[in-house]
Amino acid sequence: MSTSEPNGLLVLEDVSRTYRVPGGDPTVQVHALRNVSLRIDAGEFVAIMGASGSGKSTLMNVLGCLDRPSGGRYWIDGTDVSSLNKAALAAVRNQTLGFVFQSFHLLARTSAVENVELPLIYGGVPARERRARATEALRRVGLGDRLDHHPNQMSGGQQQRVAIARAIVSNPRVILADEPTGNLDTTTSLGVMALLQELGRTGITVVLVTHEPDIAEYAGRVLIMRDGMVRSDLRQTQKLAEAPAPE
Amino acid sequence: MTLFLTLRIAARALLLNKTRSFLTMLGIIIGVGSVIAMAAIGAGAREQVRASFATMGANLLIITGGSSSRSGGRGGWGSQATVTWDDFKTIQTDVPSVRLAAPLLRSNGTLVADEQNWTTSVQGTTPDYFDLRSWALSSGTRFDAAEAAGGAKVVVLGQTVVGKLWGEGADPVGRSVRISNIPFEVIGVLAKLGQSPYGTDYDDCAMMPVTTFMAKIQGGSNALNGWVIVGASSSDGTGVAQRQLTSLLRDRHHLDADPTDPRPDDFQIRNLTEMASAEAEGTSTITNLLAAIAGVSMMVGGIGIMNIMLVSVSERTREIGLRLAVGATPANILWQFLVEALLLASVGGFVGIGLGVGAASRLAHAYGWPLLIDPDVVVGVVCFSAVVGVIFGLYPARHASQLDPIEALRSE
Ligand SMILES: Nc1ncnc2c1ncn2[C@@H]1O[C@H](COP(=O)(O)OP(=O)(O)O)[C@@H](O)[C@H]1O
Ligand SMILES: [Mg+2]
Repeated sequence: MSTSEPNGLLVLEDVSRTYRVPGGDPTVQVHALRNVSLRIDAGEFVAIMGASGSGKSTLMNVLGCLDRPSGGRYWIDGTDVSSLNKAALAAVRNQTLGFVFQSFHLLARTSAVENVELPLIYGGVPARERRARATEALRRVGLGDRLDHHPNQMSGGQQQRVAIARAIVSNPRVILADEPTGNLDTTTSLGVMALLQELGRTGITVVLVTHEPDIAEYAGRVLIMRDGMVRSDLRQTQKLAEAPAPE
Repeated sequence: MTLFLTLRIAARALLLNKTRSFLTMLGIIIGVGSVIAMAAIGAGAREQVRASFATMGANLLIITGGSSSRSGGRGGWGSQATVTWDDFKTIQTDVPSVRLAAPLLRSNGTLVADEQNWTTSVQGTTPDYFDLRSWALSSGTRFDAAEAAGGAKVVVLGQTVVGKLWGEGADPVGRSVRISNIPFEVIGVLAKLGQSPYGTDYDDCAMMPVTTFMAKIQGGSNALNGWVIVGASSSDGTGVAQRQLTSLLRDRHHLDADPTDPRPDDFQIRNLTEMASAEAEGTSTITNLLAAIAGVSMMVGGIGIMNIMLVSVSERTREIGLRLAVGATPANILWQFLVEALLLASVGGFVGIGLGVGAASRLAHAYGWPLLIDPDVVVGVVCFSAVVGVIFGLYPARHASQLDPIEALRSE
């Protein structure tokens, strides 16, 4: 394998991640990722599947620069991020990556538009531009009329759309979504997938974790993990998600 | 990320939890409030002491007859007339450091005017007394040297006496008043003086020439049953005057002027300037002590802030995780919580200042003190509360900034 600058947007080389069992024998280690090598190109729509405990979230955390691999190297767009410090990783998360979580993670008692502005605050975007871009992002996810609604005034699907707006507001290259439809019913899930596919068509790379095969059908590439390893890596024709009638 | 933005985020977080924020500030509010109030009360009390000693007169010494012994037990002021009229004359003429001297003989007497009567302190003195004490008259004149020497039956009254006999604000100059059944003409009224440092009402007195006092009140005796008030020629001259007077009086009383003579003085000389500063000293010691206790309560307030900040960090762990995930650096998180603590402490400080000034002005009003708020104290206290905020906010803020984003996001 090459150690020079690799091609591909996200490149993992021999990445492993081990945990000590908390309170247990210090010599016993849990291997959450075992020598994973993976290349994801710009514009791909990737679904990661696998049984619970197979290492999907750990992989997402490494890809999202929220966690550091115990071994191996990781490049984002040619930059080796395995050696970056916390502040530099924060900048990568802010500029290049966008996150969508299973449990939305919106700030309570804070309006939709202010939630979406959050990454721009840390990106140093001036107030007026912040508001304009957050409004535009909410408009893109179909919530242009809900700017001032608080999370507790919105349905799960709407909350996840706000979270997606927050993920795209800083124009990232990649959206990382760990079970984004895990807390949503089927129809709402379909809406979220349609939205992610639409974003994918604009050139954003999407990586999502799911344990539902129906959801994985909307991806162009499916990785299946077991015991911290990628066991299968298949490309497929993306099924098109029909956006359901607005909620 | 700008400081202004950090400030806004912090203020927002605090406003989301108004009651808690207020309760957290309470310790600082009370601490700052009591420091400000204590300092103001202390300054007011000192000023009060200074002002009331000032009404007693500047650079004054008071000589009283009366023996004292080393084995304790001094006679009261003027209990024995060991200072004589001749002593007084000599003090006036022979002591270079003495500017003015006046006798003050005192007795209680009843004044009768029309239907009213009033028992007051009847005092005999010379015109110099008014100068020594810088006492002014609100109407009429004081008696002159000739009247003082000639036993004129004239009297100068204090405001309280006037009020009791003729009513508040009356002008009795020219009227007649009977003292011990002898008619006197009122020739002057003293301007209002207030109280002595020991609570005596200076306005409750009737002043007459010393010769008249000896003849009519003291029944002809020329014993000096009272004080001799001496004004030193300069403010630093009181010590010199005290030494010169001591040796003069010891000499005249046939006690050896040499201080090694074991026999004690049969008189006392009190230095009002020293008494004033001793009094003021005592006041500041007490208020400094109280201010120190108030300072400690600010520290306790700081610990309260730290406590609540730690609770707040653990409650908002998920929020911190999210902020880290969307691009906050550990420094951003550190500043956010530090600024929250700083805001709590300094807003608490400002509210405390308001409270302290309010309390001080109410007390000052109630006790009739001047309201003295030292701006240095205010600035110092605000700075101190900010420092308390930073010191006690640092630990929770550091704790927040070092959280692992994944664990923070996963927490409940
Ligand atoms: N913080 C941690 N400490 C110890 N073990 C962990 C930790 N996080 C994950 N693991 C272990 O790593 C393995 C993979 O976990 P995870 O990536 O969350 O799986 P998945 O998301 O596929 O369900 C599991 O065995 C899990 O118990
Ligand atoms: Mg998982």
